[in-house]
Amino acid sequence: MPKLITQVGCPYCGASCDDLEVLVSDDGKKILETRNACVIGSEIFHHATNPNRLKKPRLRQPDGSFKEIEYEEAIDYTAKALLNAKKPLIYGFGSTNCEGISAVGRVAEKAGAVLDNCASICHGPSFLAIFDNGYPSCTLGEVKNRADVIVFWGCNPMHAHPRHTSRYSIFPRGFFTSRGQMHRTVICVDPRETDTAKLADMHLMVKQGHDYDLFNAFRTVLRGHKIPEEVAGIERAKILEVAEKMRNGRFVMIFFGMGCTHTDGRNHNVDIAISLTRDLNDHTKASIMAMRGHYNIAGPGQVWSWQFGFPYCVDLSKGTHAHMNPGETSSIDLAMRDEIDCFVNVGTDAGAHFPIDAVKHLKKHPFITVDPNICMASEISDLHIPVRIVGVEEPGVVYRMDNVPIQFKKVIDGPESVPSDEELFDRIYVRICELTQTEPIWVHGKAPVPASTSRVK
Amino acid sequence: MATIRMKPVKTPDLFLECFCISPDVFAGKTPTEISRLEVREGKARNELGDFFDIAGSSGKTAEETDIFIDGDCSRVKYIGSKMTAGSVTVNGNADMYVGGWMKGGSIHVRGNVDSFCGLAMEGGEIQIDGNAQNYVGCAYRGDWRGMRGGTIRINGSAGNDIGTFMLGGTIIIEKDAFIHISTHAEGGTVVIKGDVQSRVGGQMVKGDIYVFGTIEHMLPGFKEIGTVDKNILGQSMKFRHFIGDLGERHPKKKGREIYGNLYLRAS
Repeated sequence: MPKLITQVGCPYCGASCDDLEVLVSDDGKKILETRNACVIGSEIFHHATNPNRLKKPRLRQPDGSFKEIEYEEAIDYTAKALLNAKKPLIYGFGSTNCEGISAVGRVAEKAGAVLDNCASICHGPSFLAIFDNGYPSCTLGEVKNRADVIVFWGCNPMHAHPRHTSRYSIFPRGFFTSRGQMHRTVICVDPRETDTAKLADMHLMVKQGHDYDLFNAFRTVLRGHKIPEEVAGIERAKILEVAEKMRNGRFVMIFFGMGCTHTDGRNHNVDIAISLTRDLNDHTKASIMAMRGHYNIAGPGQVWSWQFGFPYCVDLSKGTHAHMNPGETSSIDLAMRDEIDCFVNVGTDAGAHFPIDAVKHLKKHPFITVDPNICMASEISDLHIPVRIVGVEEPGVVYRMDNVPIQFKKVIDGPESVPSDEELFDRIYVRICELTQTEPIWVHGKAPVPASTSRVK
Repeated sequence: MATIRMKPVKTPDLFLECFCISPDVFAGKTPTEISRLEVREGKARNELGDFFDIAGSSGKTAEETDIFIDGDCSRVKYIGSKMTAGSVTVNGNADMYVGGWMKGGSIHVRGNVDSFCGLAMEGGEIQIDGNAQNYVGCAYRGDWRGMRGGTIRINGSAGNDIGTFMLGGTIIIEKDAFIHISTHAEGGTVVIKGDVQSRVGGQMVKGDIYVFGTIEHMLPGFKEIGTVDKNILGQSMKFRHFIGDLGERHPKKKGREIYGNLYLRAS
């Protein structure tokens, strides 16, 4: 009898749906059906049992071809590459669990590496704005139950977070929003007529790159001052109308995406959005949330803030303290300035996401990819180490876009001998300790050595 | 005054972090002692002497010490950071954090500088003959106390984020600037002699901005209140006077709200 597993977490987007049902074959090895998942989430589950799945690390040979090697050799190669480099960069973590992210933190600290996650090319500017201006946010449950004015600014959940609107933001019937979509006013601010914009009650087609000006106009209006006839391509009357809608809402929710964080001004666009949220709280209740991209991209921010005090761009090369200053310690800047001499890409595809010049610089030095799948980064790597797929073959804690931790399940057994991210990096950590003749404070599967005893040694 | 002369002899593979190139550190040390000071290239620990020939003599105190670097420092960070007195001259380019957290003394770079020049500066003078990248006189990430004093003069142009969270001091850009001038500022003066694209004085509480050229996109939160004659940097001219950012909070003095001032040269 096939087994139906319920309340399964979906390892795709930042909405981190945890209501999936997966039908698994008798032997627990094959996924027969997924229910409740969006088409992309469903594909991730079915992809896991692809017969062409890699089960061994591949090392680049002098003739350019890949040769399959044992995990021990791959671990040794990675440990030595990290130790030999003056400033290695470990980047990624869009698609792994907090246990793996924590293990990488231990490796990076030991190897004196720079740690960065996909936020660096995604919601990193949001972190900078949050440092500068605070984060008046809430959970998605509160959005579902309370929010009656929803603003999507520079984000397109209909494509990027397919179930976001049905689970939290537009359609669901909540405690104070019993009429679902009928209860909510949806405002979309986007230079393009996206599918989210088509769904919205009002669409402000802001001029590309002028988001800051429009936020400024809303704030000016809310403080009772006049604004020009037209701001950022939007007529004054329309701005006044939307400002009035927000002021009269019972709970205004602003969701923002790459349209804010990756146009000119970046962190300042988010910064002024936070200021607008604060201003709105003089009139009603308002909250703001970053539309984080991956199911656990909030995870590295949480884990490293706890481990090192910073959520991303953490330079641990000093050995004595962590240093963070995006612009200097951010992956793209480091790569573009040729300031990195070893690159480890974990659970993401830097080959596809980085500017070509950055990749060219990184390719001058050892380039290692840790990912279950074949991707652009894996194909240009010197070493590709496959691991288990979190959420499918490996359980773990993930942080949803509203920073709520969720325990994800595993639904099938992973390929034999293929380790999880956590296990792989714990083994790399032990290998680094062997090579540097130091005592490991953490061994996979064993209770950690208490800090007091390790210090005495 | 005693001068330490440094000549770059080796280009680092990556970038060199030289927290030590400061009159405060060099004062009272012989060239041999100075050449043994630690510099970092990522996690690799090196000596200053591995990358520079060092000659001359240092003064007893920082105030009596001048540093002259005769050559290109495009890959050297933190030149003159945290210095309190004396002078540093670079006969070439310099990388990030020139005069970061600087409290006094003077820095003169005859070439270009990268980002974070005069970051969280408290006093002293910085003169850059070439261009500067982003974050001139800006606050460190998350700090609401930006540049508090001193003068930064960039003879070329500068990028974005000039004087963010500025509380005091003066920044002069002789040519153009990109976006975000005095964002979140609560004091200080920024003079842009060229053109600015947009976002001048966003979320500004207090402080002064002078623009001699044009502003391509004015923020809606700024209101024109008249024309004034001002003498700035020895030049007397007529400016259109704007106040703002009207969307931001503003303190009150004697019952009247205090705004940030934006002076745009009247054509």
